[in-house]
Amino acid sequence: MAHERDALITGIGLVSCLGSGVEAHWDALNPAGGFTPVLDTESFTPFAVHPLAPLELDTQIPKRGDQRQMEAWQRMGVFAAGVALDSAGVKGNTDLLSRADLIVCAGGGERDYAVDAAILSGYPKAPNPEAFLNQRLLGDLRPTLFLAQLSNLLAGNISIVHGVTGSSRTFMGEEASGADAVRIACARIAAGQADITLVGGSYNAQRPDVILHYEMGGLQRRAPFTGIWARQDSGGGMLLGSVGAFLVIESRAHAATRGATSFAHIAAMCTDRCRREPGQATANAQAQLDTMTVHINRQGLGVISGASGVAGITAEEQAFLATLGRPVRATATALGHSLEPSFPASLALAAASVQRGRLFGPLEAAEQAMTAPLTQALVTSWGHWRGEALALVTAV
Amino acid sequence: MTQDTDHLGRPIVVVTGMGVLTSLGQGQADNWKALTSGVSGLRRISRFNTEGMRTTIAGTVDFVPVDEMSGPALSQRLAELVIAEAVAEAGIGRGGDFPGPLFLALPPVELEWTQRLALAAASGANETVSYDDLLRAAGKGGFEKYYRRFLFGSVAEALAERFGTKGSPIATSTACASGGTAIQLGVEAIRRGESDAALVVGTDASVNAESLIRFSLLSALSTRNDPPSSASRPFSKDREGFVMAEGAGALVLESLASARARGATVLAVVKGCGEVADGFHRTRSSPDGKPIIACMRNALADAGLAPEAVDYINAHGTGTPENDKMEWIGVSAVFGERAGSIPMSSNKSMIGHSLTAAGAVEAIFTVLTIRNAVLPPTINYETPDPALPVDCVPNVARAARVRHAISNSFGFGGQNVCLVIRAAE
Repeated sequence: MAHERDALITGIGLVSCLGSGVEAHWDALNPAGGFTPVLDTESFTPFAVHPLAPLELDTQIPKRGDQRQMEAWQRMGVFAAGVALDSAGVKGNTDLLSRADLIVCAGGGERDYAVDAAILSGYPKAPNPEAFLNQRLLGDLRPTLFLAQLSNLLAGNISIVHGVTGSSRTFMGEEASGADAVRIACARIAAGQADITLVGGSYNAQRPDVILHYEMGGLQRRAPFTGIWARQDSGGGMLLGSVGAFLVIESRAHAATRGATSFAHIAAMCTDRCRREPGQATANAQAQLDTMTVHINRQGLGVISGASGVAGITAEEQAFLATLGRPVRATATALGHSLEPSFPASLALAAASVQRGRLFGPLEAAEQAMTAPLTQALVTSWGHWRGEALALVTAV
Repeated sequence: MTQDTDHLGRPIVVVTGMGVLTSLGQGQADNWKALTSGVSGLRRISRFNTEGMRTTIAGTVDFVPVDEMSGPALSQRLAELVIAEAVAEAGIGRGGDFPGPLFLALPPVELEWTQRLALAAASGANETVSYDDLLRAAGKGGFEKYYRRFLFGSVAEALAERFGTKGSPIATSTACASGGTAIQLGVEAIRRGESDAALVVGTDASVNAESLIRFSLLSALSTRNDPPSSASRPFSKDREGFVMAEGAGALVLESLASARARGATVLAVVKGCGEVADGFHRTRSSPDGKPIIACMRNALADAGLAPEAVDYINAHGTGTPENDKMEWIGVSAVFGERAGSIPMSSNKSMIGHSLTAAGAVEAIFTVLTIRNAVLPPTINYETPDPALPVDCVPNVARAARVRHAISNSFGFGGQNVCLVIRAAE
């Protein structure tokens, strides 16, 4: 039953290794032959990453000065945000955007790797190591780098470049931050606390420090770089991917007033956490699913999984999804795993599929084709360490 | 208070418990005593070598021990201490079972030099060390604890687990407005009816060499190192920057109906929240002050109040030339001719700028201001700035009855939050 406070997705901005925008992704996900991932296996051996496709930055960030003030993760995010606003037909609508809310999910920004390496090399040999550290940081850090690193400066740059200034909140915390950003946006719209919200984030996987971080956790996949499900027989692991994903989420009433077309309706959205003892994540997901059962039409249902590939939890999610008996697509096989924006990205692909009435093709052998029309999609996000989220996306 | 809903029919949100920790000490009592005595918590930095730095002072919290010191480790510990105080005062839930969600204002998390150097040492590289060497060292194992500690989600997860908050915990960063944002998220959740209670926390323990240098390179910090207590000079003509500080604040927010039903003492009412982002510049406010003005007006509108109702302003008051000027421009536009006569003091003159925690810490001090009917002073106010004719409660605390107060928080990235706090009745 349509309600004026329904949360509709009216804009999508997605950039990844597959390109920029919904159309480019749709084409890449439905190739004539089977799907083949785009991987960079050279830059971070023995690991591989899904590298960002080249972007024409000038089309979304016209001022070169703005581009220079940002690092890659911010440029990618500001670009994707602009694509989402374009897609919703609100780009440049100063009055509307000054009332629009912004919720960003973010980690932190790039470091200056040359400065770090010089300090690490010189520190042990310095007569006074701590003074040496101070001297090098004071002398070598670019003053503006700080602003390219701060978590909330992706949002800050979106306010500057695109003029979204109704409010601005940044959530941190890997996968869960992306799911909670969408949940809060939908809840605020349902309660009349917001009418239109730009939600999303970006992740630059092509960074030595993030590769290092997940290697400290022993969580990255080494060759062979197979799909999310196939790799579970040989230790699992994550393949990181550079992704920028933003959605314009809008109340049905607000979208109708301005004559906007919608991709899909976020009919339900839940997030939770647990300690990840065996079965706890499944229990969370089942409880979430139970709240949505009334809305679900099994025949037209597909599943978009945000599984990270990390061993154990991915197998647990796979077992849970098997009980649904519906076709599944693991987006990280195609985009790589992108932590904070991984859920917004999965939601974007779900919305695009529902709008087209068709699930995109299998990404690996374990995924079954779906020939029946798609009317709904469940979207999961089980964080690689913590956080379980589930959304139901339906046709408008 | 006979009604449980406000002028817009929303549940009234009240504060029923508070915990605070700053460089002045731990707990409401010690902090309030020092704050109203004009005591400064700022000191010479002893945590690390400051050789070569122009700023050598901060409001560090040096009296709370942690295993394996790091920003997130101390931030988490401070949060644990203030949450315990707040939950005990509220008398809510059972131990380790808080009946609502957690909203945490947390500084961004990043591997620090201690860990990078440990990885470099483990790599065995001699002449030059690169990230490839660190990666190789990480691959040998033994660094899983670093991975876990420096996840952005690790602090909120640990707090959610320890205090038994419900649902997915949200860690937010809106720079120096973060504490205000966390409170706003909690207020909104209760108003939506998602929960009868919320635990909101701001914590920040990020004073280390690199963070100090980053702010220093942006010329944001005071360099008046001697004596440290003189360095934070909000609204003075000779103000020259803020002083980094650490601290934490926790508030138990509840619907009035819930507080009443369980017989809890209402400490104050969070009457309204306002927020507007500024798209002018990464670190500077729009010169016309429009976003700051709109932020305060939004907060008053949310509270259903006219500017005339406000008796006290807990200023953002960082002591940077830019902030204090812009805050005055905003206040004078919103409050008109009354602006110069509404007391407006800056806690940061004594506790420094606790950054991510500031919004929560200062909201707590605003509640204490109302409850004790004493305005904490702005210390170091020796040279008035003729451009800022503000009643900053100079140097000495003042008795005053306050019914409505606002607390401002402004941050890098165009973040502006304003809270309206009302006395309990």
